[in-house]
This record gives sequence, structure tokens and C-alpha cells, in this order.
Amino acid sequence: MAIKEYDIVIIGAGPAGLAAGLYAARSMRKTLLIEKNITGGQIALTASIENYPGIDEINGFDLGQTMQQQAEKYGMETAYCTVDSIEPQEGRHVVHTNDGDFVAKAVIITAGADYNRLQVPGEERLTGYGVSYCATCDAAFFKDMEVAVVGGGDAAMDEGLFVTRYASKVTVIHRRDELRASAVLQERAFANPKMVFQWNTVVESIEGDKAVESVHLKNVVTGEESDMPLSAVFIFVGQTPNSSFLDGLVKLDAGRHVIVNDWMETNVPGIFAAGDIRNNAARQVITSAGDGATAAIRADHYINDLPA
Amino acid sequence: MAKPADVNDTSWDDDVLQADKPVLVDFWAPWCGPCRMVAPIVEELADEYAGKVEFRKLNTDDNPRTAAKYGIRSIPTLLVFKQGEAVGQIIGFRPKSDLKKRLDEALA
Repeated sequence: MAIKEYDIVIIGAGPAGLAAGLYAARSMRKTLLIEKNITGGQIALTASIENYPGIDEINGFDLGQTMQQQAEKYGMETAYCTVDSIEPQEGRHVVHTNDGDFVAKAVIITAGADYNRLQVPGEERLTGYGVSYCATCDAAFFKDMEVAVVGGGDAAMDEGLFVTRYASKVTVIHRRDELRASAVLQERAFANPKMVFQWNTVVESIEGDKAVESVHLKNVVTGEESDMPLSAVFIFVGQTPNSSFLDGLVKLDAGRHVIVNDWMETNVPGIFAAGDIRNNAARQVITSAGDGATAAIRADHYINDLPA
Repeated sequence: MAKPADVNDTSWDDDVLQADKPVLVDFWAPWCGPCRMVAPIVEELADEYAGKVEFRKLNTDDNPRTAAKYGIRSIPTLLVFKQGEAVGQIIGFRPKSDLKKRLDEALA
């Protein structure tokens, strides 16, 4: 297979990668965006985005599609494959994928983060049978049933509120005695009559033969254990950066985020990182898009300064 | 490109269970983003497997009876049927290469 050459290769089609693609393509750089799964990244699974300035409310999948079409209008190409590694070679970077190699003058890593599993018995076996990481995908199958949401952050509240459209009761199971979610989401969650809260509680196991039937819970303060019958468990307990393919290439922090400076530059010249995969990210659509734009502008300057 | 024909609760027996050829059914709903990503891939597969496998799609909102009968709790779900028996199940969005592999396994 002939090796394809680009000015800028971007890895990951979430808001950071899509914004980087838009800016890179509009700088007239030959640009490739590589995505292993779904355009939009995490927002592709988000029912409603209400905090992207200028857009009152939009479905996350639609926003991702719109961003992609906008960047492709200016010449960005998209490839669907998985990146195995990046190899600096004679002032260029070879991006090895399961669909051949791409060579780039600059690489922008926007591979994002993946949701954490609870890592309890029953979770993997019952995924797709009541264990879910995507309320917008699966909530409708639990009409008038009792379900649980695990977690206390923005994602848990946002998705939990979405589930209340269908379920008769949504129990929020949280290991602490207060939420981490933003004030506006907390207010909505506490005001929703279908939402109840089980504080200081962790899920020990998920039970069920062919589908979820109950969860086994433990109170972390009293040590008391209990069983809660329900039909689904929606899990939103944080995320881990998708940085395993970067080991030995760029510097990572203790949480395995890529360390960058204010210009989104990593410690390797010509390699940039933006969005949820970088350290100190605010993890919002708007900040990720901003990061992506910054990285693309800097990558354009970097290529300008390369020896001819 | 070959668009999979719709199947519903009423036509299910004739179109899927009684079909001569193996049938792949795409369970989807309009509100499901990943379903909209899977749909064009399923259309490509329908072209590549033309004559060997029939492709159908079922809207789970409009046809809850069939969705419930097969225990669908997450979409997209692809089910592969041979002589009325479900012989393969793929839950969630998967890249095309993955879908092909799983489909080939189900057909083997």
C-alpha cells in the first residue's frame, strides 16, 4: 500500500479533533482526521448540549456531524481506522494504523478519553442487557421500570435526568455524600420527583441471569450491605485518557494525560495534543474545540518553520 | 446502494423467520446517534453480501413487541437469523471490519 503523505494528521474525531481539522484545512494544509469509532467522540452519545455558545440546544451526534461536514467543506479528509503508534522519522511522523501508514509533518493527538467501568462482577456479562454507559442509546427500553445511575458528576446527572423521561424511578448511587455535578444540574436533579439518592454507597456486584435483575450495594460508612431490585444500571464514573498508544513517545502525567504547554505542544517537536487527552483540560465541548484550534494554528506555524 | 427494507411486528415472521436466506436485522431508533453511524455500514454490507444474506431494519420505537421478544436492551443491535434461529448478535457500534468478521462467524 502506498504511504499517504499529509501536512497534518489529527487522531480522534471529537470536538478537539474536528475543530483542529477545520482550522488546519482552512490554513490550506493537507489534513487527515483519523477516527476509530464514532465521529463526535463522547458527545455522539449525548442527548442534549446546552452550553456551546451561540447554539441554544443541540443533539451531540448532530453537532459532531455538522463539525465534520464543515471541516470537510474546506478539504479535510477523514479515515476510519485505529492508530497503533506514532514514529518520529527524519523530521516527519509516521502514523501506523490497522489500515496502513500515513506520514505527517505535524500530528495533533485528540484521542480523548473513554468511560471507566465499575469493574464489579456481572458488569461485563450484562453489558447490553441492562448495564449501559449510554443513556441516550438505551433509556427508552426501560419505560416505567426502576433503574439506577452510578456516579455523582455532570455526566451522571445529565444522563440520569434523561433516563427519567422513561423510567418510573431513577436511583442515583454515589460513593460520597454530595454531588460533584455543576449547580444547575444538581438543582434539576434534586427537583426531579423521579430521582432519589443513595449516598455513601458503592455497587459491589450486578446480578441477573439473562438481564439485570438487581444490584448488590454496600454503604461505605456503615458497612451495611443490601440488594436493590432494578432493570438497568447506567454507569458514569469518570474517564481515562486514551493514551496507551503514546507510551514512550510523549510525556504523560500521573493520570496518563499528555503534558502540553499553552500552545498544545508536547515535548516532541511537531506533536501536539488537545482536548480531554491533555493535562489540565476543562473537558467541555467549547474548551476542547478551543484547544483544537490552538493546536492547529501552532502546527501551521511549526510547518512554516520547517526547513524546506 | 442497497437500503435494507423495513420489517415490523406484523411482517416479522414472513420476512425474517420464514426467509430462505440468512437475514441480518438492524434494530434501531431515530433518536439513537450510534444507530445512525451503523446504518451506512450496514448498507455497504448489504451490497457486499447481496444474494447471500438479506438485510432488514426494525424501528424499536414502532415495533416494541419484536424488540421485547428478543430482549433488546441496547441499540444498535444487529441480529443474524438462519432458518428462524438467532445465530449471531452484535450489540453497540462496531467498525465495519468487526461487523464483517462477526457476520462471517454467524454464517459459518
